[in-house]
Amino acid sequence: MKTRVFWLLIFTLVIAMGCGGASRDDNTLIVWHWMTDRHAAFEELAARYEAQTGVKVRFELYAPSDIYSQKIIAAAQARTLPDIFGILDKKKVVAAFIESGFVLDLQSYFAADERAWERRLFPKAMSVNRFEAKNSYGIAPGIYGVPIDVTNIQMIYNKKLLKKAGIAKIPQTFDEFLEMAKLLRIHGISGLVSGWGEMWMIDCFASNYAFNIMGQDKVMATFRGEVPYTDADWIKVLDVFRRLRDAGALAQGIVTKANKYAEQDFALGRAAFAFNGSWCVNVYDDMNPDLDYAVMMPPLVNPQRPMSIWGGAGSSFHVLATSPNKDMAVAFLKWLTAEDQQTFLAERTKNLPANRYAAKTVHPVLAAFAANMDHTTHPTIWPVNEQFVVTEVFDKGIQAIIIGERTPQEVALEVQKVKQREMEKRRLRARP
Amino acid sequence: MLNRYQIKSAAKTAGVHFFLMAVAVTCLFPIFWMVRSSLMTQDTIFSDKSLIPAQLHFQNYWTAWVEGNFGMYLLNSIIYTVAVVGGIVIISSLAAYAFSRLQFPGKNFFFYLFVAAMMIPLPGGFVPLVVLMNKLRLANTRIGYILCMINVGLALSILLLKTFFDKIHHDLEDAARIDGCTKLGIWWHVALPLARPALAVIVIFNSLNVWNEYILALLLLNNQSLMPLQRGVMVFQGAHSVDYPVLMAGLTIAALPIIIIYLIMQKQIIKDLSSGAIFG
Amino acid sequence: MNSLAQKKSGLYNLRDKSENFLFILPAVAIFAIFYIYPFYKIFNLSLHEWNGISLNPTFIGLANFQELLRDKIWWSSMGHAAYITLMALTFQNTLAFALALACDREIRLKRFYRVVFFLPPVLSEIVVGLIWRWILDAGIQNGQQLGLLNHLLSSTGLPHLVNNWLSNPQTALTTIALVHSWKGFGWGFIMLLAGLQTIDHQLYEAARVDGAGPWSVFKNVTLPMMIPVILVVVILTILGSMQVFVLILAMVSQGLVYHTEVPVTRILAAMTSSGRFGYACAMGVMFGAILVAVSFAMKTLTDRMKQL
Repeated sequence: MKTRVFWLLIFTLVIAMGCGGASRDDNTLIVWHWMTDRHAAFEELAARYEAQTGVKVRFELYAPSDIYSQKIIAAAQARTLPDIFGILDKKKVVAAFIESGFVLDLQSYFAADERAWERRLFPKAMSVNRFEAKNSYGIAPGIYGVPIDVTNIQMIYNKKLLKKAGIAKIPQTFDEFLEMAKLLRIHGISGLVSGWGEMWMIDCFASNYAFNIMGQDKVMATFRGEVPYTDADWIKVLDVFRRLRDAGALAQGIVTKANKYAEQDFALGRAAFAFNGSWCVNVYDDMNPDLDYAVMMPPLVNPQRPMSIWGGAGSSFHVLATSPNKDMAVAFLKWLTAEDQQTFLAERTKNLPANRYAAKTVHPVLAAFAANMDHTTHPTIWPVNEQFVVTEVFDKGIQAIIIGERTPQEVALEVQKVKQREMEKRRLRARP
Repeated sequence: MLNRYQIKSAAKTAGVHFFLMAVAVTCLFPIFWMVRSSLMTQDTIFSDKSLIPAQLHFQNYWTAWVEGNFGMYLLNSIIYTVAVVGGIVIISSLAAYAFSRLQFPGKNFFFYLFVAAMMIPLPGGFVPLVVLMNKLRLANTRIGYILCMINVGLALSILLLKTFFDKIHHDLEDAARIDGCTKLGIWWHVALPLARPALAVIVIFNSLNVWNEYILALLLLNNQSLMPLQRGVMVFQGAHSVDYPVLMAGLTIAALPIIIIYLIMQKQIIKDLSSGAIFG
Repeated sequence: MNSLAQKKSGLYNLRDKSENFLFILPAVAIFAIFYIYPFYKIFNLSLHEWNGISLNPTFIGLANFQELLRDKIWWSSMGHAAYITLMALTFQNTLAFALALACDREIRLKRFYRVVFFLPPVLSEIVVGLIWRWILDAGIQNGQQLGLLNHLLSSTGLPHLVNNWLSNPQTALTTIALVHSWKGFGWGFIMLLAGLQTIDHQLYEAARVDGAGPWSVFKNVTLPMMIPVILVVVILTILGSMQVFVLILAMVSQGLVYHTEVPVTRILAAMTSSGRFGYACAMGVMFGAILVAVSFAMKTLTDRMKQL
């Protein structure tokens, strides 16, 4: 018995040693991504590309996204990044990759043929990957990535549930929305569901209302430290959440819901409103084909200013600057963003294409999302961004308001304290 | 005619059984729910509250197997588990035996080094490890992953085994030594068989760790053909949509081999006590 | 002993000792490569400010540690992990011990119980998080409680106990701790059972012949013989519980404000979200140091107890 086990072990070790990883084939492009839902579509496109051009493309999926982020950091350190990869993170991180020489500047490719490639794609999609002259990251101006889809985040509503509560029209102002939420509550229907277990989702909602209440300039000034978070306008922003809580407008357990679960909740008709991005169309149709829903802008708090929403490039791919196949890689990305391929992706994965000429037969709800593309903004195109430490306290503070642990004033004070501490640290570090 | 003693004894036994059964139900329920969900469809999985669904969709298992490419991933997981557990059993039992019975310079130092290593976790230690493996050209290889996973379970296994070796009587060993057995021979013929319960625990523990591991696999390996089973399961957990029934089917398939290993090993823990070698 | 015999025995001793060293050589070799090097790297990086990507980390000495000492969120996350660990040590391990004792005798269905109790550890934490999330759901649709627990509570006449288990700051951490204990008791169970099974039954016989009652047998025979195993289980529980995080992510996403933060989630936040790899490494080093200190404290405690 023991000897048999022993030989089984040796046998296994021999097999283990025998098979190693496949070595890189010079005619193969390797692409790393995290988009589980699109992997099958990507692989089909890769097969088509090989049939058309003879160039093999291999898509490798690493999910979930937090593991993907670790993977590219490890690969950056080990210098094993693939030909094409996405950087699933803030612009600061993208800047870090560019600075360390990992990302190819694609300006010249986009500029070729009188900017033919650039003009085919939505400007908002391009601007996410663009670094302007004199940007705050210290990066040489250029275009460093290729957007493959476009998205924005708005509110969605369930027509059937609204009708059940006797609500005839969609809310234009925040006050109207709160009234409707109270009405829904009487009928036993949850008001708003969103993935507010994830910080960035809270941040997005808060940021939209910050822009509506005080305008982009004042928000930027706050990031720069010129306006304190205890300013009356910021209290108004935090108050939005307090009012939502007081009206009972939020779904139970909203602060511990990952976006994924919030999406499922709305798809299953558990809430009348959702705050989510255009990718939701794919999920909703998948989980509940009978769902009768439509899109609307978040209701205004301040009627003097427009509502802004986050939007721009959904996912982008970058080319490794040191790759021996970089021209092949750029050619592939150009093909991937051409009309036919974009239409295929849009239909298959129900996402908005980055190519402006591809959006022919688009799902009606997606078309509604796209219609508001002009109102979009995105942290990646702002001149300044807030530091993560401050944003975390801000977002967590909002969670505390929602569960009734803190008042807006208290949160504002806490955030300002952390902000001052970080500004102080920066000043000390700047001194030689 | 039942006397008081018999009644009390029966009540006690009933009480013990009740307690055991209650805990058993809480353990079984999630498994039951997992299997029941795996036999439903995406539309009914949330709306249908019944304990046993009306229609049993066994094809979910087939879908999970095919779409998740389970055949290849399962083979990899088996290879990794066998190699890693085998490696750990041999290496850690050699070391534990030495720590328990033999003398050599630096014995205490190394032992406490292993103990400390076990205490000091390295969350985030995967990234430097991956960089190192790349330098050693062991990244994206099976043997690289196996060696990393052996290391993960080594310190604990050594500690566990040493504890058990310490408790064992010396009689048999002394007898073997007088008979002229070498140290290695004593290890192989005497110490290992005696420590079978502890070895079974180590096999179970490490098998489970390797079987459920996926973070290091994703970070270290690129080639799909080297990926373990958890990678296949992950495909059903989309970033947004989750195909719950197929996911549950996949998870059930993934859990089965480990349960089988446990069933085999846990017998080992019990069997050897009746073979009274020591307690005779 | 004459000098030649001394020399011979000295040489023999040396050869003997180096042979013995060979026993631990494979373990030490693997350990040195796969543990020492990353550990050194992390320790080194904890003295730098780095985003994980740029080519040159900046040396900042002990600044990370100074900041860490003042990081209130870090210490409260440590407290949360300690709370979960405490729950595990008491609730989980007492349960495991009780079950092991119950299964030690000759009772029916022994094998059934032995298998069933090990089912929770077999499941990956993601599955456990998913299933318990569903059970603990606090949502209501069409007047019905969606989560199984709240549904059972409201339909068996206990509607006042219905709670938002995972989103209520008072219950969130305890709920997570209980689910963690549920998942983990199977380990303690098999290890304690294995330990119980190696106790010589003759000792039990002897004690019973002497007229000792069950509690006395437990105190004087079982407990002392089990101390090494108990120590191992305690240390493992502490290590495992302090490092919990996948379960938390699966159940409460990025957390209920700061109430469900634990050290590992803080380390991951520093590493990926805020891009402060050096600070994350400093957290890792401090975390490790604390765990070592705690484990040594436990060991001295048990050594002291053994002497009694």
